[in-house]
Amino acid sequence: MDKIKNFFRMFSNIPLAGWLMGSFVAVLMEYYLGDAISYYLYLPKIPVLFGALFILKEPIMIPSVLAYDLIIYALPILLLGKLLAPFANALARMLEKIPLSLATLIYIVAIYGILHLWAGINDYRVLVVKLTMVSIILTISLNIINGYQGEFSCSHPGFMALGAYTSSTLTLLLFTDDKMFGDALLPAALGPWLFPFVLIAGGAVAAIGSLAVAIPSFRTRGDYLAIISLAFMFIVKSAVENMEILGGPRGMSSQPAYATLPVVFAWMALCVWIIHNFTTSIMGKALNAVRDNEAAANSMTVNTRKTKVTAFMFGAFWAGVAGGLFAHVLRYVNPGTFGIQKLAEILAMVYFGGLNSIYGSIVGAVSISVLGEALRPLELWKWIIIPLILILVMIFRPHGLISFTELNVKNIIRPRDKKLSKGVE
Amino acid sequence: MAPLLEVKDMTHYFGGLRAVNNFNLTIEPGQINGLIGPNGAGKTTVFNLITGVYTPTEGSISLEGQNIKGLEIHEIASMGLGRTFQNLLLWRHMNVLDHIRMAHYSQLDYGLFGAFFGTRKSRREEKAVIENSYKLLEIFDISQFADHIVGNLPYGAQRRVEMARAMATNPKILFLDEPTAGMTPDELIRMIEIIRQVHRDFGVAIFLIEHRMKFVMELCESIQTLVFGEVIAEGPPEEIQNNPKVIEAYLGKEDVH
Repeated sequence: MDKIKNFFRMFSNIPLAGWLMGSFVAVLMEYYLGDAISYYLYLPKIPVLFGALFILKEPIMIPSVLAYDLIIYALPILLLGKLLAPFANALARMLEKIPLSLATLIYIVAIYGILHLWAGINDYRVLVVKLTMVSIILTISLNIINGYQGEFSCSHPGFMALGAYTSSTLTLLLFTDDKMFGDALLPAALGPWLFPFVLIAGGAVAAIGSLAVAIPSFRTRGDYLAIISLAFMFIVKSAVENMEILGGPRGMSSQPAYATLPVVFAWMALCVWIIHNFTTSIMGKALNAVRDNEAAANSMTVNTRKTKVTAFMFGAFWAGVAGGLFAHVLRYVNPGTFGIQKLAEILAMVYFGGLNSIYGSIVGAVSISVLGEALRPLELWKWIIIPLILILVMIFRPHGLISFTELNVKNIIRPRDKKLSKGVE
Repeated sequence: MAPLLEVKDMTHYFGGLRAVNNFNLTIEPGQINGLIGPNGAGKTTVFNLITGVYTPTEGSISLEGQNIKGLEIHEIASMGLGRTFQNLLLWRHMNVLDHIRMAHYSQLDYGLFGAFFGTRKSRREEKAVIENSYKLLEIFDISQFADHIVGNLPYGAQRRVEMARAMATNPKILFLDEPTAGMTPDELIRMIEIIRQVHRDFGVAIFLIEHRMKFVMELCESIQTLVFGEVIAEGPPEEIQNNPKVIEAYLGKEDVH
């Protein structure tokens, strides 16, 4: 155990900037040398998700996949991270001096660059990354209601459907020549520029729809509200299924491809930023106060009704935006998508990652999405393994992996060498 | 000028049960008043009626001449009526500093837009709130616990957090519901000091419910005794202490052999 601890301690002086540099080199290596290395390791092509698919299909490939991961990812990231640590720490210190918002922006752009290169290897990766980012938005927005506000809302797929259908209808109606809605009303060139407004419209419709759950929440809590919200989800699903104008159970297809990787990433970053601002402000803390003790919150001048409505509408708005992105990533929606399975997926991400924590939600969304993709070859067994992991997490950490932790950007990007010297003393 | 708090002929029924009958109360700025009475006399009900948890069946309540009967709890609270609870209602997942910050809710002006986008105005207001919160933490001697979760604090400190939180709402009158319940004698003495200090430094009027006679006698200028929802005696501490009706209510009637 000590050896493992010491091994990890070796890397404790690498700041985020160092990890990013290492990852950047690893991604570049894969971009230029990936094909050659996989050829010499007898892999049919570059492993998509760290070789998980190969391993599960043909266990004989395990050594080559491990070798590939070691050469392309582990070695460059760890070695370069370690070697460049002094330089990266100096850089981190420089970035610490400029305003935090600007520094954060630089880091976000760097992260995006790495992600773009990594995903650029093939279309499957692009799709996985996009869907993962949509899941992040969904998870954080559900965390507002189920974590911060402490209700148990099951209506998220419903909000998502409202957003997905609203935005799909708008883009199909306005920017494309379509069988369902006829010719485009606006020039198609405007489409990508007006796409944000389309998504916001989708979010707004979802937010208005959420009043159907928010208003009963004044009087009921817990199980009863869960049932009301579940009913809302089914109502939305059945309503869409029965509306021929929206394609009925067949759904809508051929949405324009506006949800490119940078667009989805930008929306995710915006979502994280706004929700972080909100949850750390007193307005957002009011959600926690209402959750922990409503009577006390009321007596401490908190307008609890307004707080509840805000939580629901705000969460639903982002679910609607996520739904819109989802529809334009897949370029197809049907009502069947927004059922109980979607709900289980989002709830799993929230409770796995951790309640009352943006950080936890990101971890939960990424791990469940990537795990879901990586275990795809196991087919049915996937739906046994993931729930099993969830049960284990619930036993050992009932509030989720990283619960009740605020996203502390300053701490994430700080230089790491000073702390090590303190540890040695 | 209208008194700070004026309650006139307040009566309240729970179904057929008359919980409070013809309750009258006048509190002037800076006064400390007490409400005593045996268990089940309706003391907490009186508190809940004035603070807006229940709306009284009859009577009127006004704060600085303005009617507050029938308003929402948070509206009454933001008009200047702060309170603590008999059984500590703290937010168990929140740290101490956030408790105090939270209670500034109605004093914020930046709105949801400011909260979402972290505008300059919101940052300025939040900063002012944090400064004020630290001041309150100092006054109540809990600044060393600022980033602790309230559940982990000693009981006396939790009581002080609740007091500090009530003071953060910037009240003109403070309602204390059994502020010394469950305290050790040492903590009790500390509490008396703190209440005196709050009274002196903030110039706030105080209305308190208490069981411990010593505490009430020490602090209050005027005391009301409530038995079965009716005030049976009213006056300065010495008078109440020697009032035969009060003694009877508390100790029972002395049988003459």
